[in-house]
Amino acid sequence: MSALLELRDVHAGYGQTRVLHGIDLVVDPGGVTALLGANGAGKTTTLRAVCGMVRTSGDISLAGEPIQGRPTEDIARRGVAHVPDGRGTFMELTVEENFRLGAFVRQDKEVHADFERMFGYFPRLKQRWRQQAGTLSGGEQQMLAIARALLLRPRLLLLDEPSFGLAPLIVQDIFGILRQVRAEQGVGILIVEQNANLALDFADRAYLLETGRIVVSGPAHEIREDEQVRRSYLGY
Amino acid sequence: MQGLAHQLIAGIATGGIYASVALALVMIYQSTHHLNFAQGEMATFSTYIALTLIQAGLPYWVAFLATLVISFGIGVFIERIMLRPMQNASVLANVGVFIGLLLVFRNAMGWIFDYTIKAFPTPFDTGTPLFGGLVSGHELGSTAVTLVVLGLVYVFFRFTKLGLGMRAAAFNASSSRLVGIRVGWMLALGWGLAAAIGAIAGIMIAPVVFLEPNMMLGILLYAFAGALLGGIDNPGGAVLGGFLVGIIENLGGAYLVGTELKLTLALGIIICVLLVRPTGLFGRVVQSRV
Repeated sequence: MSALLELRDVHAGYGQTRVLHGIDLVVDPGGVTALLGANGAGKTTTLRAVCGMVRTSGDISLAGEPIQGRPTEDIARRGVAHVPDGRGTFMELTVEENFRLGAFVRQDKEVHADFERMFGYFPRLKQRWRQQAGTLSGGEQQMLAIARALLLRPRLLLLDEPSFGLAPLIVQDIFGILRQVRAEQGVGILIVEQNANLALDFADRAYLLETGRIVVSGPAHEIREDEQVRRSYLGY
Repeated sequence: MQGLAHQLIAGIATGGIYASVALALVMIYQSTHHLNFAQGEMATFSTYIALTLIQAGLPYWVAFLATLVISFGIGVFIERIMLRPMQNASVLANVGVFIGLLLVFRNAMGWIFDYTIKAFPTPFDTGTPLFGGLVSGHELGSTAVTLVVLGLVYVFFRFTKLGLGMRAAAFNASSSRLVGIRVGWMLALGWGLAAAIGAIAGIMIAPVVFLEPNMMLGILLYAFAGALLGGIDNPGGAVLGGFLVGIIENLGGAYLVGTELKLTLALGIIICVLLVRPTGLFGRVVQSRV
């Protein structure tokens, strides 16, 4: 089985500052890969590298096709949806317009059916349909960001700290929906998460990133048992 | 009373022209945060194209539509060739490009079409003023054209997929790329649309002020005043601001300062807005972190 996403020896940085020093990473088709690490380790940069938002070198391939160095909009059109930190919703536009933008590049006739599916996952968005996205609560905005990303009908979903700044109950909600999405749509997920417990429960593969290098990698359940990870990130 | 009503209506008619140019300015400002100082000269150039086509024997409205298409193309071309390479350049470098564009257009017009003042035809009835002398046929016709154009632009941005994509690209370029929108092309389309709207303004005002290379100089100033008054980042506000400036200019010119000092009113409005309410009537306050 070939990987959905494969990074090989990926370097990336901003201007003169190098952030990633040779990352190798895999997301299986329909699988969930978690990326753990402290602040500044390069997790967000790894996601940005995948969708061409930073200058990178090395090999990045999506289902065997090289995507490294391509413009962000082309990578999105190939089925990579990114929910960035700061969520990437269009604050000035309504929920409806955000939905329409999520499906912007799609030509098929099932867009409206997918709108309904999103209402099934996130009923609150239906109530907020004509409201400006900037006026939604933090949890609703995260839901909107995920819905917007799913409306692309992605093969790969990149999630940057979906739990950030949200109440525990809402985080539970969102991860429940993500599990459902994964089961129903077979989308592969690469998730960056501060909450390592949460991420390892959700993922089947995990990587620990330290100052731009992968220091531990393996199946999520093994990572959970790893001394170093446990002490630094799980806190027991 | 008759005089006041007449000035009011004339103000609305020229206000429509300012509103169109203000809208063109705001469209480019929203997506790039630069003011296109060459917007007026581009519009004048388009008006010359229209005159050339009409003199070549094309029916007025055919020439009108052809001019819009050509202007749109010129706008897209300028964005691709001149502004694209400048997207990461400093503000001052961009201002330099805009002023350069202004000079290139103005002198090219003098060179190609010469500097003499030319009459420009109007498609509307120029005979007896309508409604008891209140409004001329051209004022009524040009206001109608302007309103239709503004309406179409609204419908385009509000209800079409492409319009939504262009708005998204203007608000949030990086998120737009993440949903697959080709942001660069959206900016180019915005330039094309702004150029076409400017062309309409030029064609509609030319019969009133006569065509010469500096035709839009004063109008651009009024349009700036209108855009600032309404809010430089709010298209609807800029349109309303344009109409307001037209009315203020006409009433002020007739009853307050006289026609010689009318342009001062525009500059006065700009200064007042910047002093009292820099975001304009409908602009939003942008908080930026430092």
